[in-house]
Amino acid sequence: METSFLPTAAEYLRLLPETILIVSGTILMILEGLAGPRNRKNLSPLAIAAILAAMAATVAAAGNPGPAFNNMILADGFGAFFRMVVLSAGLLAVLCSSSYLTREKADSGEYYALLLYSMTGQCLLSTANELIMVFIGLEISSIATYILAGYLRDDARNNESALKYFLLGSFATAFLLYGVAWIYGITGSTNLEEIRRTLLNPESGASPLLTGVAAALMFIGFAFKISAVPFQVWAPDVYQGAPAPVSAFMSAGPKAAAFAVMLRVYLTAFPSIGDGWQTMIWLTALGTMIVGNFAALTQSNLKRILAYSSIAHAGYVLVAVTAYSDTGTAAAMFYLAAYAFMNIGAFAVVSHFSRTGEKYVELNDLAGLAQKQPTTAALFSLFLFSLIGVPLTGGFFGKFYIFKAAIDSGLIGLTVLGLLSSAVAAFYYLRIIVVMYFHEPGDTMDTITSPAPGIQIALWTSALATLLLGVFPSFVLDYATTSAVLVR
Amino acid sequence: MDPILFFIFAAVAVICAISLIVQKHPIKSALSLIGVMGSLAILYLLLGAEFIAAAQLIVYAGAIMVLFVFVIMLLNAGEEKSPARPSWFAKLLGIPLMIALLGILSYVIQRAAPEGSLAFGEYTGGAREVGRALFTTYLLPFEITSVLILIAILGAVVLAKKEL
Repeated sequence: METSFLPTAAEYLRLLPETILIVSGTILMILEGLAGPRNRKNLSPLAIAAILAAMAATVAAAGNPGPAFNNMILADGFGAFFRMVVLSAGLLAVLCSSSYLTREKADSGEYYALLLYSMTGQCLLSTANELIMVFIGLEISSIATYILAGYLRDDARNNESALKYFLLGSFATAFLLYGVAWIYGITGSTNLEEIRRTLLNPESGASPLLTGVAAALMFIGFAFKISAVPFQVWAPDVYQGAPAPVSAFMSAGPKAAAFAVMLRVYLTAFPSIGDGWQTMIWLTALGTMIVGNFAALTQSNLKRILAYSSIAHAGYVLVAVTAYSDTGTAAAMFYLAAYAFMNIGAFAVVSHFSRTGEKYVELNDLAGLAQKQPTTAALFSLFLFSLIGVPLTGGFFGKFYIFKAAIDSGLIGLTVLGLLSSAVAAFYYLRIIVVMYFHEPGDTMDTITSPAPGIQIALWTSALATLLLGVFPSFVLDYATTSAVLVR
Repeated sequence: MDPILFFIFAAVAVICAISLIVQKHPIKSALSLIGVMGSLAILYLLLGAEFIAAAQLIVYAGAIMVLFVFVIMLLNAGEEKSPARPSWFAKLLGIPLMIALLGILSYVIQRAAPEGSLAFGEYTGGAREVGRALFTTYLLPFEITSVLILIAILGAVVLAKKEL
């Protein structure tokens, strides 16, 4: 028996970001109830303050890394990195949401509470060191996101989106849970480090075949969350139907957290079956890149284009995961950070441009945006260039590091095919830019107003971050490289 | 005695599970599910896990199934009509794929079954052990689950209240 079960102060500090998010979420929820429907206030400043406090807590907790609460979470550099990515994604989503909700007359504290709870789940996922925590974190993150996807419940598209996401998501989680049960049956533990020790110990009698099946079952759960082929079908419909700021958040926050937990689980717990797992990821990565990029070519709805593009980008990150090396992990981390900013930036433009009821989300509606609002068009182009991977943007270095890591691991075929498919991707991104700059403005441009302050801050922050990551990538990459070693 | 009871209730569980899928009326499916839950509880009991057996009965066969039946009654769901054009995909692939999955799973379990598996009545996990584990080692997951439940309540309020 252990001497004391009481957590120390350092352990509380390691859980502080989540604690702040939970407490503020609950306060927002109560404030909403107290205010009543008459005197509603915009509660987004409180949500922003909470996220900034959680970011500060993450930095503070990173100064004293280590496990907490009986090894349930491990607040190390890797966890801190993904906490920051998730929190940044959440911050930008809140900034976009404020004006969006006012426009749709759906401003309420519950929205922000759900967003904060969802981020809590993702922060827990980034640091989870135990399969039980993985499951609970994933459920918290997912259930909050399901509700957010259907938040404007009078809108049929929202309903469709939430229902599809919920049904398929629950199904995927069941697979994950089944895999966890198998792992517990094989190793007698749910702690990642203990699983690793048991599996690497030749006397434990753990069958690699059984472990492989368990790992594959868990992979189904994760692959759904990152929308990897063949579990990607939900993404376009859900992203199209959900409110634009929610789609922005969904494509960055939950995805980054799912990658974080996938990397940690497979690198920490399953080194014994590394070869078989690499083959599986190889196939998934290739399929995800090809399906995402080719399906996006035929789309005319902006949100669907961005949804397919987000599938393709999950494929690039999977290439880095396939590399199965420290540089690969670091490249995946860097890419997810860069991707969060450029993709939320792009969705922020869509959120601004679509106007009340999301009437204008077709590609042709963008015609002549550059004449009416040159700044918005220029920022949108920057995000699109970054998504293509043009130099001086974060997307360029992200892709560069990913394919470099793949070549270092001898994945020449996957690299060539990946580069070819990202060349295909340039077509549909450039098409958006062409429509914005070279088409005459139609009458859809008459009702456009200048972006709300929240959207403007989100746009400029994302643009700045995208450029910073493109010009000075070493700052983030160095941190990713030092923390990538931790999960091995 | 134990093996005989095991096979009886294992058979009941499998039959009820098949009946759950085959039945056309939702209430009959729900009742079959209660059969599955109940037989599983007895299997746990045979292993010596009284607490899990009780939890299985109270939570699954009790609370959750009542909710299921309640929803079915509330929606007044009638007999399921078979679709006009059954999907050829499901017909052609469904059963072979199911048999394949079953085959793979039983092969893997057969091959990898650890030596000296648990015998009947050997499991020691009473309420005391479960409680101790929940409030010491697994304190954080236990507490964090409350957030999960809170989100579910909040979601129900958001999606069902009168005006947004």
